[in-house]
Amino acid sequence: MSIILDKSSKILVQGFTGSAGSFHAKQCIEYGSQIVAGVTPGRGGQTHLDRPVFNTVHDAVRNTGAFASLIFVPAPYAADSIMEAVDAGCSTIICITEGIPVLDMARVKRYIDIQSRQGREITLIGPNCPGVITPGECKAGIMPGFIHKPGSIGVVSRSGTLTYEAVDQLTKRGLGQSTVVGIGGDPIAGSNFSDILAKFEADPQTEAVVMIGEIGGAAEEDAARFFKDKMTKPVFGFIAGKSAPVGRRMGHAGAIVEGGAGTHESKIAAMRAAGITVVENLSEIGETVLKSRRPLAA
Amino acid sequence: MKLLEFEAKEILKERGVPVPANGGVIKKTGQLSAALRRAGKAPWVLKAQVLAGGRGKAGGIKLAKTPKEAAAFAKAMIGMDLITHQTHGQAIKVNELLIEGGVKIERELYFSVVMDRKSAGPVIIASAQGGMEIETLAEEHPEAIIRMGVDPNVGLRDFAARRLAFALAIPNDRVGEFCRVTKALVKAFIDLDGSMLEINPLILTPKGIMALDAKMITDDNALFRQKDLARRPDHEATALEIEAKKHDISYVGLDGTIGCMVNGAGLAMGTMDTIALAGGSPANFLDVGGSADEARVTHALKIILKDKKVKAILINIFGGIVKCDMIAAGVVAALKKIKLRIPLVVRLQGTNVDAGKKILRDSGIPLIQADELWEAAQKAVDAAKGK
Repeated sequence: MSIILDKSSKILVQGFTGSAGSFHAKQCIEYGSQIVAGVTPGRGGQTHLDRPVFNTVHDAVRNTGAFASLIFVPAPYAADSIMEAVDAGCSTIICITEGIPVLDMARVKRYIDIQSRQGREITLIGPNCPGVITPGECKAGIMPGFIHKPGSIGVVSRSGTLTYEAVDQLTKRGLGQSTVVGIGGDPIAGSNFSDILAKFEADPQTEAVVMIGEIGGAAEEDAARFFKDKMTKPVFGFIAGKSAPVGRRMGHAGAIVEGGAGTHESKIAAMRAAGITVVENLSEIGETVLKSRRPLAA
Repeated sequence: MKLLEFEAKEILKERGVPVPANGGVIKKTGQLSAALRRAGKAPWVLKAQVLAGGRGKAGGIKLAKTPKEAAAFAKAMIGMDLITHQTHGQAIKVNELLIEGGVKIERELYFSVVMDRKSAGPVIIASAQGGMEIETLAEEHPEAIIRMGVDPNVGLRDFAARRLAFALAIPNDRVGEFCRVTKALVKAFIDLDGSMLEINPLILTPKGIMALDAKMITDDNALFRQKDLARRPDHEATALEIEAKKHDISYVGLDGTIGCMVNGAGLAMGTMDTIALAGGSPANFLDVGGSADEARVTHALKIILKDKKVKAILINIFGGIVKCDMIAAGVVAALKKIKLRIPLVVRLQGTNVDAGKKILRDSGIPLIQADELWEAAQKAVDAAKGK
């Protein structure tokens, strides 16, 4: 089972005809994902990658039955695109775009909250993330598909290439993945660790979860609390940024230790206290998961 | 983007937030007397313009009662190395002083707005006990801190500002004025895409409510629509960091000896951590980006090599969109232009890894290859130590 998308999920792509949208939509199609439509304002009626292009998300949803949107729209317009997908009825929205102003995301979150209060279930993944992949079924994002393998380990991460590194270690040790979710490196994200952990806990295919966090914010501490209160499946946690200096932004807008909060130490301590298996060495993620599972396999 | 006090005050004043009279910023003692005249009558306050709090205790803020006293302070302060509890042991050179007129303080309040991750919006943090560091206040008097969320679509409404005023025990005859000032502060925060705006203290004086200090950080992601902010110099970035940015490379200089080139911010941090675990120290954070090509790799190598502390380089690429063979070709091309005198360790994984490794092998360039990250980190650490 998949926690967000599977082989029957109909997906539309916003920013379909742009260079990033075209390149990655093509890769997703080749992986086997059901990309059924694209949206680029002003290009409605055209065909791109053998898929129909629509002017609006509303048109694409009405004509194709897509319920999920994958967004590659440039940062200045991306927040508006997320709201368009929400307004058109999409229930799963994955925003790859990097560099969206934080204030825009604050407004997006409020917009989604209003819809949620009226009973709609909307999952926003990202922004500034690699997307979501259900190995062997559906790739909705920019990750290299071939490093993944279907299996029972869930992976959730704030970073892109760091996720690939972890997935590669798992796959090379024969540990496949149920779903891999990049929640993104921005301070305000659509989904946080706890949201995704809840989905993995409920998913019968997932047996264990690898959680890859980084310095900044308190999402890992919240996830540790969630794990302690609500989870039965084992979680393995790694936090990047131990060697990062205080007050300096490490590439990601969200990766910054401010006023003593969001430190590596506090996150490691919270995870340990909650009972999450902490992996200190990035190159030992795969090995640590493998070792813990040997007794089960025997 | 972090703004200096005088910049933040200039911006706030334009937006209806009163600040003390000032005589501008001086960089040389020769500019002092004119600045004192502009700031008005004695006493005056000389304030070091650096991006760190805790300046007062560290000697970065001085009250001068006479021009002679002001001159002595200015002479001592311009060029001084300031170490405050917020500079993490590092000294910051004082290049500029803000010359302000003294004000009569009746009451000091703490007021800030931050973009809060958890509630996903701006939050006001305020306290009747101003002038103290908020961290200290949070520890010693958590009950004295008021938190109030702000809807970014609406801003601070009158009723909310009034609630704040009464909670802070602002005298009835000054509640209206308090609401005007705090609404202007919140509006400035939202209009400028603020990440943090701290007024500590916000003061009540016989001449009105005003911001005695101002610290402001704005969202780098929003600079495309904040043209005025985008034009200002980045006070925090070093020359190398500014150069890196021009080539779309995210670079932060550190103190170590192993230069790093990695694709992706998370993996770049993870690589730094792995180097540290292996017994070495990273010289920098460097994310070469998701669309790295030969030119980008060349620029990244040049930037790393400009840091003379670097004794070895570790390139760690996990090919996704970026293909390993393209990176390898870029490294080879770059090394034909740059004479490398220090060891280079390259670890490639992911898309087209075998083709990439072959290009490196066939190039004849003396570099050290590694398959796994831990192996790469150990080889880089050994190389940096001259082993």
